[in-house]
Amino acid sequence: MVMDITSHTHHISQQYNLELETIRTHLSEMGGMAQRQVNDAIQSLIDADVERAEQVVRADIKVNTMEMTIDEECVRILARRQPAASDLRLVIAVTKAITDLERIGDEATKIARQAIAMNKDGLAPRGYIEVRHIGNNVARMLQDALDAFARLDMDLALNVVQTDKQVDMEYSTAMRELVTFMIEDPRSITRVLNIMWSLRALERIGDHARNLAQYVIYLVNGEDVRHSNIEEIEENVNSKE
Amino acid sequence: MSPTALVEPIKLEVKNLNLYYDQKRALNGVSMKIPEKKVTAFIGPSGCGKSTLLRCFNRMNDLVDACRVEGEIILDGNNIYDKGVDVAELRRQVGMVFQKPNPFPKSIYENVAYGLRLQGVKSKRVLDEVVEKSLRGAALWDEVKDRLHDNAFGLSGGQQQRLVIARAIAIEPEVILLDEPASALDPISTLKIEELINELKHQYTIVIVTHNMQQAARVSDYTAFMYMGDLIEHDLTDTLFTNPSKKQTEDYITGRYG
Repeated sequence: MVMDITSHTHHISQQYNLELETIRTHLSEMGGMAQRQVNDAIQSLIDADVERAEQVVRADIKVNTMEMTIDEECVRILARRQPAASDLRLVIAVTKAITDLERIGDEATKIARQAIAMNKDGLAPRGYIEVRHIGNNVARMLQDALDAFARLDMDLALNVVQTDKQVDMEYSTAMRELVTFMIEDPRSITRVLNIMWSLRALERIGDHARNLAQYVIYLVNGEDVRHSNIEEIEENVNSKE
Repeated sequence: MSPTALVEPIKLEVKNLNLYYDQKRALNGVSMKIPEKKVTAFIGPSGCGKSTLLRCFNRMNDLVDACRVEGEIILDGNNIYDKGVDVAELRRQVGMVFQKPNPFPKSIYENVAYGLRLQGVKSKRVLDEVVEKSLRGAALWDEVKDRLHDNAFGLSGGQQQRLVIARAIAIEPEVILLDEPASALDPISTLKIEELINELKHQYTIVIVTHNMQQAARVSDYTAFMYMGDLIEHDLTDTLFTNPSKKQTEDYITGRYG
C-alpha cells in the first residue's frame, strides 16, 4: 500500500494528528541541526577555523537534548495511542532515526576536535582534497536521507543507500593514498593520522545516513532492509511502485 | 482472499457466502478459511457483518425469520448449510459465548452440567469430573470451588463470563465462537478472558468478534477486517497490524476517516 505523505493528518483524533506531526517536525529540526554540525565541522577542518570548530563542539549538546525530547514524545505516543500500521512504523522509524542523528552529531564533533587539535599543533594541510570530496558526498547523502524522510521518497532513499557504497570505496582509496604519504614522509604521520580520523568519522556519518534511508524504506513499505544487499533493496523498492 | 502464509490445517471454510435480511444484503460473497486451533479475530465498524458472519458458523441466523443464506460453510469437509444437518449437533460442535454473560438462574455447578444433563448424562461422578475440568479450563475453578452450589448470579461479570465459557467447553465443542466476550468487563477481567483464550486455543478453534482492536491484536493469530458486508483483508495478525495491504484496513486500524 503506497503511503501518502499527509496520511498522518487524517486521524479522527486531531490531537493524535498533532502528536505525529510534532515528532515529524522535530525530526526535521534535529536533522537540520546534525546537518549544520557536519557542514561546519568539514569547513572548520578545511579552513582551519577554530572558532567554527568550537561552535560545533558546543552545539552537540543541543542535538543530544533534542534526541531525548523526541524519544520522550515517541514513548508517550506508544503508551497513549497504541499506534498501528503506518503510524506505528512512523514512531519506530523516528526513534531509530534520532539515534543515528545523535551519532552523526558525535562524529561531527570528533571532526571538529581534530580541527582544533591540528590548529593548535600548527599542522599544514594535507589530504584535504579527500576530506572535501568525501565530505561533500556525505553531506549530500545526509541531505537526501532527510529529504527522503520528509517526503517519504523511496527512490531518493535508495539513492542514498547506493551512494554509501561509493563513499565506502572512496574512503578505502583515500586510506591507501594517505598511508603512502606517511611512508614517503614519516614527518607527516601526525597530521595524516588526524585526517584519517576525520575521514573515518565522515565515513561513519555516511553509514548513519544510509541507516536513515533504510528507515524510510521501512516506513513506506514495511520492509526491514537493514541486512539486505543492494540488489535486494532495489528489487524491494521497485516492486512496491 | 486468504492470508498468504496460511498453511495450517483448515477447520472452517466459508465459500462465497451471501446473507440477506429481507432484501438487504448483509454479507457479500465472503470466502475465507479459518485455521484449526488458532484464534481468528473479526474486526470492523458496527454493521459491517462480522457478528452476522460469526453467527453463520453455528447457524444462529436460522433463528431470524427474514434471514436467508446462500453459499457454503464447510466444517471438517461437510457443508453445515446442507439439508439434513442436525443443527443441535452442529451447535454442540460449535459453541458460542455472547457479549453479556448469560448464566442460567441456577447454581454454578448446574450451569456447567446443563449441557451434559440435556444429553442424558446422569452419573454424578462423570458430572463432577466434567464440571471441575471445565471450570479449570475456564480458569474459574479456584475462585468457585468452595461455592459450587451457590447461585451463578452471585458471581461478578467477569466470573460469569468465564462460567459461560466453562459451560460452552463442558460439552467438548471443536469451535468456540466469541461475540464481544469482554466488552462488558473491566480491564482486569478482560485480561483474564484474553489469557483464557490463549489457553483454549491449544484445544479449540476460536473465532472472536471484537470492537477492541488492541484486543484483536493481542489475542488473535489471524485477523479479518470487514466493511459493509465485504471481507476486505484477512491476514496474519502481525502483518495486518503493522503493514496492512489495503488502505481501508489501514484507515480503520489507525483511526483515520476513509
